[in-house]
Amino acid sequence: MRTAERTALVRDSALVWLASGVVGVSFGAISVTGGLPVWVPVVMSLLVYAGSAQFSAVGVLLAGGGPVAAAATGLLLNTRTAAFSLAVADLLGRGRLARLLGAHLVTDETVAFALAQPDPARRRAAFWISGLGLFAVWNLGVLAGALAGGALGDTATYGLDAAFPAVLVALVLPALRDSPATRRSALLGAALALAVTPAVPAGVPVLVALAGLVLHGDRRPA
Amino acid sequence: MNATVAMILALAVGTYALRLVGPVLHGRVELPPRVQELLSAGAVVLLVALLATGALTEGGGFAGWARPAGVLVGAVLAWRRAPFVVVVLGAAAVTAVLRAAGVA
Repeated sequence: MRTAERTALVRDSALVWLASGVVGVSFGAISVTGGLPVWVPVVMSLLVYAGSAQFSAVGVLLAGGGPVAAAATGLLLNTRTAAFSLAVADLLGRGRLARLLGAHLVTDETVAFALAQPDPARRRAAFWISGLGLFAVWNLGVLAGALAGGALGDTATYGLDAAFPAVLVALVLPALRDSPATRRSALLGAALALAVTPAVPAGVPVLVALAGLVLHGDRRPA
Repeated sequence: MNATVAMILALAVGTYALRLVGPVLHGRVELPPRVQELLSAGAVVLLVALLATGALTEGGGFAGWARPAGVLVGAVLAWRRAPFVVVVLGAAAVTAVLRAAGVA
């Protein structure tokens, strides 16, 4: 891979790192201001490393829902990572260590970023660049937030909650443009997910979306 | 053992097990091309569902107008092939400005 291509991957990743870092800071701050000791968000981020699941688990804890409900909510949210890990399995390389380490780096953002690349070499590089950088920045952000406490204020002010869906839009658009079958499936899936959201626990809607794949059965050429 | 430690460990071990599904099955189970095709389409379906629910909902209800408006601007920019940085900062900026103007 040319250096210019790698630089472009780092540049695009850096933006996701920056946004994730700030969200990590807010996760650390929310946990500590809610009354949890500093080590809880920090250790959780290192070992669990899944933003939405961490927010949900801490939210359940702080709301008095108890540790069992907190773990169950987080796990339910993370079931999608099994599907994502299958989608990127061939990018992790053959070595045992690379697979064991790479598995821990499977997140929404890194998978989307890797799959958005045009060829296998770039997909592999994108996975590791995005994954390792995101892991470092996320955990440093959480540590900073946990130490700073509530000094940052409400991150919703900066509109960061809109940045993440926009990142995903930018990353999935090429796949949606290329394949009408995937487009049909994704639209039905998103509609189903939105329809069931008020009625089911967090994490279930995106799994329901997989039912959209019934529209993928049509094999007519694009 | 402290209940919080047990919760973190359970969540960490469970999450890692889910993430290992792909690497463990890969190379051991020969997947037919049609299944591989469905897997990559499935990843896109999951990501689109994530962005739709992330843009529109919060805690099971509507997320308010500021966030989806920002995401929509980001989507239009992405559709017009604007650089990644413009898409992401554009979406955040629109949402931030709307909130500063009093739109929830």
